[in-house]
Amino acid sequence: MPQPPAVLEAIALSRTVENVREGPKSLLRNIDLRLEQGQVLAVIGPSGAGKSTLLRLLNRLDEPTSGQLLLQGKDFRELEPAQLRRRIGMVMQRAYLFPGTVGSNIAYGPAQHGVSLDHDQVEALLEHVGMSGYAERDAATLSGGEAQRISIARALANHPEVLLLDEPTSALDDTSKAGVERLLATIVRERETTCVWVTHDLGQTRRVADLVLSMRDGQTVAIGPPAQVLDA
Amino acid sequence: MLKLLFHTQVSLGLAQAAVVALVTIIVAQLAARRGALIGREVPFALLRGLLQILAVGALLALLMRGPWWTSIPMLAAMILAAGTIIRQRVPELPGAYSISLLCMCAGAGGVIAFMAILGIVEPRVTMLIPVGSMVIANNMNIQALFLNRFLGEVRAHRGEIESALALGAKPGSAVAPYLRASFDASLIPAANNVRSLGIVWIPGIMAGMVLSGSSPVYAALYQFVVLGMIFTAGGVSCMVATHLVPRRIFTPHQQLRALTP
Repeated sequence: MPQPPAVLEAIALSRTVENVREGPKSLLRNIDLRLEQGQVLAVIGPSGAGKSTLLRLLNRLDEPTSGQLLLQGKDFRELEPAQLRRRIGMVMQRAYLFPGTVGSNIAYGPAQHGVSLDHDQVEALLEHVGMSGYAERDAATLSGGEAQRISIARALANHPEVLLLDEPTSALDDTSKAGVERLLATIVRERETTCVWVTHDLGQTRRVADLVLSMRDGQTVAIGPPAQVLDA
Repeated sequence: MLKLLFHTQVSLGLAQAAVVALVTIIVAQLAARRGALIGREVPFALLRGLLQILAVGALLALLMRGPWWTSIPMLAAMILAAGTIIRQRVPELPGAYSISLLCMCAGAGGVIAFMAILGIVEPRVTMLIPVGSMVIANNMNIQALFLNRFLGEVRAHRGEIESALALGAKPGSAVAPYLRASFDASLIPAANNVRSLGIVWIPGIMAGMVLSGSSPVYAALYQFVVLGMIFTAGGVSCMVATHLVPRRIFTPHQQLRALTP
């Protein structure tokens, strides 16, 4: 049976940085991954394992030293970076909302390529993340959980083909954490969005992941279905 | 009293400078006894300042005999020196020197040339160099403030900038709010000078013109012209900087560089 096409693929991905005092430092070594439409990959590992570095490479916020990244079979280097980033949404650990209203934050991404969202479109996105009626609120007045929901809606406004989540619930209290996790899981399933989800929480990994990439010291320890990787 | 003892302008000036330096050193030493570190620097700073200004005075005396265009290399040398000083303020910015030079050539250089062509600044050495140096020195401060503030903003808002990039923003868009904030902040001193002109302070050029026998009203108007030139040159140089700087803090792949001070 032919393999379904990959949405996102990394081949022997590595990143080394030059440190003036300590010389070259390898942050990521020979990472391979292949994700199909709608698959959720949880990336786990201790601090410093290279999880966030991997995510930054997948959004091209940093450049790999070697290896290849493909989106829908096309090499990242052939795509204009801003255009690529619109297709690969990213939600960071902190929401980093921009000064202004919630509505202006939601409309930010589409506005970057000349698309303006009307009130109904903004409201539909807010409703999707359980924040109806917040469009005119000052973004600076939101709680951590609310801000993270807005940053998710902001990423979704670009209709990304891939969603990168960098520990999106780690800075939240327990109540907000459960709500945001449920919201993300629902969105990913409903939209069949391919997703790379960095997390420290093994329970969360079991609940959301189709595949797990376990990392240590910038290298792959194991990759496979949750039961295979977590119970090994 | 000094005039009774010294009969030439140069000897009188040296005597006046010596008296002022002596008084300043006494005050600095009193401050040093109370623990102020600045007291130790004052004698050297005074000596250095005196030698520098004497050198400029001697050079001006030489240049005054030459044609107007001899002021061009002098002003160019000032811009080159100012660029070096700005670079030292923002060593983490790649290409800080070339950015500063381009900005000051467009700002200070452009405004001085424009005013000279219009005849607002008379094209002679004794006008071009003093007025030009004021415009360049103030332009240097405005430029240094702009770059320093901008890099501070970028370091403080790295998360917001990368969030904007991740949403598909171009580098210029991602840093636009911080460019605007830096632009405004860097022009505050120049704007304050224009606003407070005559109320809070009577600037040096006006005092100098009155002392040398010009009409106080003309001196006041000319001071306004110089402050206008400073403000305009600052605005132009910062506008040029807003186009040049984003290119230097991002990689060709639109990634924000690490900016460690």
